[in-house]
Amino acid sequence: MTTDIHSANWVNPNHPTPAGKPPATQVGVVGWLRANLFSGVGNSILTLVTLGVVYFVLTGLVRWLLGAYWEPVWANRKLFAVGPYPTDQLRQPAAVLLVVCALFGVSAGRWGSIIRSLAIGLGALLSVLAILPIGMQAQLLMGVAVALLVIGYLVGLKVPIATRWLMLAWLASLVFTAIVLRGGIELPRLGIAWSFAPLVDPGLYGGLMLTMILAIVGITLSFPLGVMLALGRRSTMPVIKYFSIIYIEVVRGVPLITILFLAMAMLPLFLPSGWSSPPGLVRVLTAITLFSAAYLAENVRGGLQALPNGQYEAAEALGLRHWDKLRFIILPQALTKVIPALVGQFIGLFKDTSLASLVGLLELVGIGKAVIQQPEWMGVPGGAAKEVYIFVAFVFFIFNFGLSFASRKLETKLGVGKR
Amino acid sequence: MAGHLLSDDIIVCNGVNKWYGEFQALKNVSLAVKRQEVVVIIGPSGSGKSTFIRTINRLEEHQSGEIVVDGIPLTRDVRNIETIRMETGMVFQQFNLFPHLTVLQNITLAPIQVRKMKKKDAEALAMELLIRVKIPEQAAKFPGQLSGGQQQRVAIARALAMRPKIMLFDEPTSALDPEMIREVLEVMEDLAESGMTMLVVTHEMGFARGVADRVVFMDSGEIVEIGTPEIFFGNPQHDRTKLFLQQILK
Repeated sequence: MTTDIHSANWVNPNHPTPAGKPPATQVGVVGWLRANLFSGVGNSILTLVTLGVVYFVLTGLVRWLLGAYWEPVWANRKLFAVGPYPTDQLRQPAAVLLVVCALFGVSAGRWGSIIRSLAIGLGALLSVLAILPIGMQAQLLMGVAVALLVIGYLVGLKVPIATRWLMLAWLASLVFTAIVLRGGIELPRLGIAWSFAPLVDPGLYGGLMLTMILAIVGITLSFPLGVMLALGRRSTMPVIKYFSIIYIEVVRGVPLITILFLAMAMLPLFLPSGWSSPPGLVRVLTAITLFSAAYLAENVRGGLQALPNGQYEAAEALGLRHWDKLRFIILPQALTKVIPALVGQFIGLFKDTSLASLVGLLELVGIGKAVIQQPEWMGVPGGAAKEVYIFVAFVFFIFNFGLSFASRKLETKLGVGKR
Repeated sequence: MAGHLLSDDIIVCNGVNKWYGEFQALKNVSLAVKRQEVVVIIGPSGSGKSTFIRTINRLEEHQSGEIVVDGIPLTRDVRNIETIRMETGMVFQQFNLFPHLTVLQNITLAPIQVRKMKKKDAEALAMELLIRVKIPEQAAKFPGQLSGGQQQRVAIARALAMRPKIMLFDEPTSALDPEMIREVLEVMEDLAESGMTMLVVTHEMGFARGVADRVVFMDSGEIVEIGTPEIFFGNPQHDRTKLFLQQILK
């Protein structure tokens, strides 16, 4: 019985009517094509032209990729991986890789979905490298790394390790990496000199290994610094507030490359006298960290501002003290709001590590440039540049895509951005 | 309320003034609230009633005059402010629940972090309070999954979990659909009956009439009239009060 729309009084005899199902889409593939790509002469022509362009570009690209001269990349795979690190001490970076994989596996088991997806990605990458004929020892290493990843995962699933221990383990792994890559510890100021192998000059760290070190340490250190600066900027205490503002504005006002040059030239001036001159690696890390922190601070500040006042007030009314308020109420909400901006900054940082090549560090791009200059490739038509840079770009892409992917998954998991 | 052993004043405000820049939001406000008393504050918007109630737990700062809560003077001293905030619970018009925490976590957070309760005890307390506000089954849900009335009841439970001596309500039902106002007012009535000291800013005249010990009428930043419900509603003294009541109680 339909509503009599003209009557003054009417009662719905069916209320409450049970909900029904929506109509099935009548389209199907052909229907979709017809509706979206070929819905009229103009659209159809546009579709065909676009398909044509895509076809030519793709086939051109694939043909080039297959016919390209990859020898420069292949022959220098060790350089791309670890730079000019002493060839007879490669056991050390290998150990670091294995420890990181094991830890990653355990984290994937304990912390679930997102880390697990990343671990799968890492595992796939390592497996591919294990299969490619990069050299017996290297392939074996990749194989063991994958195995550790899997074993770590299983351990993580079964053994209920508390988060705080896992975090400590990761922190310890940073120290472990520093010591193992160096071959020991040498802090002349503190009179400490111990080594288990010939000490390796940090200037010899290079390739993807160096890029990862710069990026991971940079991200790990700049993030808390950025959060503190953001909070400092909103502080009511004038000294803290103005220090934060000045820091952020000055650092954001200059290009990273100038900060890198300054750090290389001037860092010793800022350290207490008597401290030994820090290696270039430390200077670059300092520059990258200080630089990124300023940008992260502004991103975090955006999140802090977006948080409704009521949240601050409710926390205060409950008697939550300052740090508890930040830790439980403010930061969890503010940071999740700005995940896209934060991850964007991390991705930027990862790529900015390439600037280290301009101050003498041989990270991935630096190695690329060095390889191109190698005399072996001088006779090659077109030089080695195309292949090398495509390879370097591809490596960057893989890792940044991983970051992006993790960010998307994190947002879905937190239910952000749906509202 | 018949005489109790402790019927001395738990909130004393004397000559409280507050300015926002040039604008004076509170003019010489003086009020004393006894333990276990229910005081309802009514008035037109902009009258300063919300501002006043928020000065009591220092969500707003008063420029002159004194406020003493349970014997503790409210000054710039952070320790005093923190102690007073532990003694007062507040319920907001916009609920202000923490959306990233479950209902249970919303309630247990402060007892665990501020009163240092053990998690088990805090959760037991939380469930007890959820039963009291009649929504124990919602404990594992997130605030976004609850109706407005349910959220406000969780907010009340969250404030009660700190075992405050005073409950402050800032227009607790103004953001609710009419259907849900009743369930929240019932919880507030139960609370009043159980002997809690309550300071309530509201437009719900039924609540004021039925539950309040005293009604305070504010306009333009000052208290115009105070009276028991019988006198206040039956025989208002001031012209401004009469005008307001006429408009409200058509």
